[in-house]
Amino acid sequence: MLPAIESKALARYDRDRPRGILGFVRSKMEKWTMDLGGQDLEARLSRLVAPQNEYGVDPFGLELDFAKAAVAPVLWLYKHYFRVETHGIEQVPAGRVMLIANHSGQLPMDGAMIGMSMLLEAEPPRIARAMVEKWAPTLPYVAPFFARIGQVVGTPENCRRLLAAEETILVFPEGVRGLNKTYDKKYQLQEFGSGFMRLALETKTPILPVAVVGAEEQAPALFDFKAAARFLGIPALPLSPTLGLPLPVKYHLHFGAPMTFTGSADDEDQELERKVREVKTRLQSMLDAGVAQRRSIF
Amino acid sequence: MAVLITGISGNLGRVIAKILHRGEKVIGLDRRAFPGAPKDLEVHHLDIRKRKVEDLFRKGEIHALLHMAIIHDPRLPQAEHHQYNVLGTKAVLEYAVKYGLKKVVVLSSTNVYGPQPDNDNFLTEDSPLLGSQRFADIRDLVEVDMLAQQSMWKHPEIETCIIRPVHIVGPSVKNAPSNYLRIPRPWMLAGFDPMVQLIHEEDVGLALQLALKPGARGVYNVVGPGELPLSAVMRELGRVPIPVPHLIARPLLNKLFQYRLAGFPGAELDHLQFLCTADGTRAVRELGFRPQYTLRETIRSVLGEQPAREAGG
Repeated sequence: MLPAIESKALARYDRDRPRGILGFVRSKMEKWTMDLGGQDLEARLSRLVAPQNEYGVDPFGLELDFAKAAVAPVLWLYKHYFRVETHGIEQVPAGRVMLIANHSGQLPMDGAMIGMSMLLEAEPPRIARAMVEKWAPTLPYVAPFFARIGQVVGTPENCRRLLAAEETILVFPEGVRGLNKTYDKKYQLQEFGSGFMRLALETKTPILPVAVVGAEEQAPALFDFKAAARFLGIPALPLSPTLGLPLPVKYHLHFGAPMTFTGSADDEDQELERKVREVKTRLQSMLDAGVAQRRSIF
Repeated sequence: MAVLITGISGNLGRVIAKILHRGEKVIGLDRRAFPGAPKDLEVHHLDIRKRKVEDLFRKGEIHALLHMAIIHDPRLPQAEHHQYNVLGTKAVLEYAVKYGLKKVVVLSSTNVYGPQPDNDNFLTEDSPLLGSQRFADIRDLVEVDMLAQQSMWKHPEIETCIIRPVHIVGPSVKNAPSNYLRIPRPWMLAGFDPMVQLIHEEDVGLALQLALKPGARGVYNVVGPGELPLSAVMRELGRVPIPVPHLIARPLLNKLFQYRLAGFPGAELDHLQFLCTADGTRAVRELGFRPQYTLRETIRSVLGEQPAREAGG
């Protein structure tokens, strides 16, 4: 359980907002968010229940005021660039849930769009926590940015703690294998890790498959420059004609029905892999249906 | 019946002695003088490694040991504080067994986990003690914690508590975190702003008091009133930090430390870069620990501010 924040000075402390250019940019960005989202967004934001302390942060470092400003460009991408369409989002249950999605598109826009859909369209509105790679905290500026918008390093313990607090977690079991794959493998799920299944069993969390259709075409990579990647010490170096920048494709997010699994988290790998395969098969068929259903890439 | 406090003359030791002294008989052990000691407080000025320390135990008056004679001074040669900390701890733990003490409380800290990029956001008591992985000079502190754990498992007849508080701050303590927060223009690492946890020195006293009660046994993280970004601490204190790129900060600080222009070795910078925050729920649940100071009071205590409150806290 999260450590309870108990404070005698619960009266919200009037924090110093950042001054100068930073403060200016922040207030402009916040206004941009509100202009894009309108009254509807304001109402949804006010329904978010983040256990903030008098300094405006939750125990994991999420700062709603900061997040409000930071989401502006993502919100614009969601509404006007990728024109995200959700299907079946009403199936996302309230309370703890693990969103399992396919990963693609070189830049992890799919994660940002799923996160946005949870804020804008899911009931109740919520901040999904993506499980961030372990090297993210070593990157300057990126590390605090992720933390302030509620993203958490994907250690099993962090995941357990968030689920125990009834939060929504977003996992891409393919990891970079999915994100950086070349275009010839589009909409083919790559190898799944099984850590998510262990945690779901342990915490009795429903798994909700999310098929992202559209992201594959945002930056098609024709060739993975493996030798150079090895030399640079990065997992892959895919070369795409767009130089990795996303094209204005249309995103479709298909939400499946929640899947609940029973059994022990300490089962043999074989048993666990059978369950993982079940999720993978379901997600693949949702992907295939989603691709067949769409009329145009753009 | 009395509690023996080792390291009683330190800044924290004196605060804690005064808290404990209200409730029970306290005997102190320290090489250093204890200015302003309460009159009926008996302090023995001995080196903890000396054989004469055993005489204190032999008298049979001591039923509990609070061990906090642990040197953290980064200026001392490694061999010196290593010897003092490890041999001193080993000796008093042995005497505690030999003379049938009921209770041993050892003051460790969450630094034994160490700040790392892939740390859990809330380290539990079962997390590995990797503190010396990136900061070799503190390996004696990890060893002290391990010695206490060993003794806890080997001697179930003694109630052993290992207390690991987060960064201790307060008007009296002069440790690395509180000294850092007293710098008018402190460094921060450019592009890093980790969540930090602070605890007031008197809240540490309260936790130790609870650990000394009969029945308490085990390893406990002791966490203050919450966690917040380092930048928020700076704003609360009215500090304007200097952002230093992390790639040059470490070698630069090491040089400054070498020439006595800085009080911290470069390895301490990890605390400004990565998480080392702990889960304190076990102490809340099992010891009934609740910090008495709010987050704001705790932060501002480094300025010497004491909030107005009724006696007894």
